[in-house]
Amino acid sequence: MVVVSGRARPKRATQACNRDFWELRLYVAGQTPNCLRAFANLKQLCETHLEGKYRIQVIDLVRNPQLARGDQIFAIPTLVRKLPVPVRKIIGNLSNTEKVLVGLDLVPREG
Amino acid sequence: MKNGKPRSAPRALDKAPTGIRGLDEITGGGLPRNRPTLVCGSPGSGKTLLGMEFLVRGAVRYGEPGVFFAFEETEEELVQNTATLGFDLHRLSAQKKLRTEYIRIERHEIEETGEYDLEGLFIRIGAAIDAIHARRVVLDTVEVLFACLTNHGIVRAELRRLFRWLKEKQVTAVVTGERGIDTLTRFGLEEYVADCVIVLDNRVADQVSTRRLRVVKYRGSAHGANEYPFLITNEGLSVAPITSLGLQHEASTKRISSGVPRLDALLGGQGYYRGSSVLVSGAAGTGKSTLAVAFAVAACQRRERCLYLALEESASQIQRNMRSVGFHLERFVREGLLRFHAARPTCQGLESHLAAIHDAAERFKPAAVVLDPVTNLTTVGTVPEVRSVLARLIDFFKDRQITLLATSLTSGGDAEEQSEVGISSLMDTWILVRNLESNGERNRGLYILKSRGMAHSNQVREFVLSGTGIQLIDVYTGSGTALTGSARIAQMAREQAEEALRRQEVAAQRAQAEERRAAATAQIAALRIQVKAAEEELKRLALAAGIREKASARARLNLSRSRMADKNSAAPLGGALVH
Repeated sequence: MVVVSGRARPKRATQACNRDFWELRLYVAGQTPNCLRAFANLKQLCETHLEGKYRIQVIDLVRNPQLARGDQIFAIPTLVRKLPVPVRKIIGNLSNTEKVLVGLDLVPREG
Repeated sequence: MKNGKPRSAPRALDKAPTGIRGLDEITGGGLPRNRPTLVCGSPGSGKTLLGMEFLVRGAVRYGEPGVFFAFEETEEELVQNTATLGFDLHRLSAQKKLRTEYIRIERHEIEETGEYDLEGLFIRIGAAIDAIHARRVVLDTVEVLFACLTNHGIVRAELRRLFRWLKEKQVTAVVTGERGIDTLTRFGLEEYVADCVIVLDNRVADQVSTRRLRVVKYRGSAHGANEYPFLITNEGLSVAPITSLGLQHEASTKRISSGVPRLDALLGGQGYYRGSSVLVSGAAGTGKSTLAVAFAVAACQRRERCLYLALEESASQIQRNMRSVGFHLERFVREGLLRFHAARPTCQGLESHLAAIHDAAERFKPAAVVLDPVTNLTTVGTVPEVRSVLARLIDFFKDRQITLLATSLTSGGDAEEQSEVGISSLMDTWILVRNLESNGERNRGLYILKSRGMAHSNQVREFVLSGTGIQLIDVYTGSGTALTGSARIAQMAREQAEEALRRQEVAAQRAQAEERRAAATAQIAALRIQVKAAEEELKRLALAAGIREKASARARLNLSRSRMADKNSAAPLGGALVH
């Protein structure tokens, strides 16, 4: 469980084909309430459903605007599931958990 | 006027010139600077191309770099799609004058899970603008946001914010949108982009499509409010901003030759006025095109450019045909003085023809234009429509002091002076070439029906085409009737014969008179000799008489002497006599 903020340096995905490892990127723009909420929601979600099989990268587009191009980010906040493929994009502050799960293609865990 | 200084006019709206041919004229200088302009139209109407040309011209001509944000095409697709306009986007990109960004928004990739805003878009746009210090931006088309995101409330709010933000960033934006059924755009973009709205149209009528552009709204500025036809050429868009703007043009007093010296003589001695419009009408085969070519050749010989708009024959056919009359046009074409623009009327709509002619004239900048024949345009338009197009063309040419010569095909017969298209009132000079049929042959007669501003002859001239060009010959008016062609030749021959005969007679009479004179002179000479002889005779007689008298006087004296001397004596015979 590694949280990286600021300069984002994606590590080489050695577990590319492993369905069990999730590479998530959260794009934010500064420390707006929405972005903070999104981050909080995301952490909670990952704790609940992914238990240590994930990595969240937070990319602040205010500091690195050129990164918006690569992942085609237009809405803030946007969550991008890089791994497992296919890439999924979820926009919003992730308050609608069900939709997030559907979007991430996660089967909800009980408990 | 206060203190001798004029009161300053309110500051005019600052405009960003588009560089698109004709559009700056319609908008009075370009699009509103630092404000968004909405360009809407149906699919394929040219919105993307207009936006791209706005950026390219801005970058190349006005030093304003621009960014093209495409929501529906990738960068490579854009390059390909705008290749028709002849723009080298890669090079401009390398020079940091232009940048294209593909903003990909796919509905199926997105899940909306709560509150969000479009700050990411702002950041992307901002980054691209800052990277090359862009002053112009095209968004093609933000409607994709409406299509892909379900929360239209957020989209609307953010768009409002976006356009405000673009204003603050001092960027002139062109926003494209697709035409709605009842509204200008499908999603009502015109609510946010209200400073300037341009509508593009691509209507199909009678199987011919015509592109039209209209400035629906332009806040704070006067603008041409009509629909203007435009073309998409390989050098960009070309709008024909010509509309009958009223008769404000200057009238020149210079005259130019028609190409036929005797025709110039009929036209007040000098030819057509520069910048005037000339109509040559006649039935088929009367030589109108030849007269038009003579005019073109005269212009080229003056080293002026002539644009020949051929609506009936191809350029090479015209050149071939004119060779038979002694006009060699290839040379002028090579020297760049003569340019042919040949197009069948049915290949495009009437308005598109107008736009094409305007485009050709703007590029070639001729001093003379030939339109041959104008009546062909009725195949793609009604008579009033053709008249309208022609009126605008004439205004356009007069404005630039371009002399126009148009040929018109009439159906011959008595209706010749009707002139099919009813355009004769638009023209300054009207020359009619008509067939004169008599004695089993047809000849051509030419005369001037009207020529504004000059004294013109009302005489018919015979119009003869030969291998050496055009000739206007006096129509023979022997014995009160006008004769042309072989009748004229016959009459001329007859009169020449008569003349010869008369001359002969006169010569003969002269000879006779000469003879008589000679005879009389001889007689006089003879008589003179007689007179002289008689005089001699008289002299001799007188002399003889004198001698005789002297002799007789002497004899008498002698006699008297002898008689006196000897009274007594009987005179012996043979007495002494005085000799």
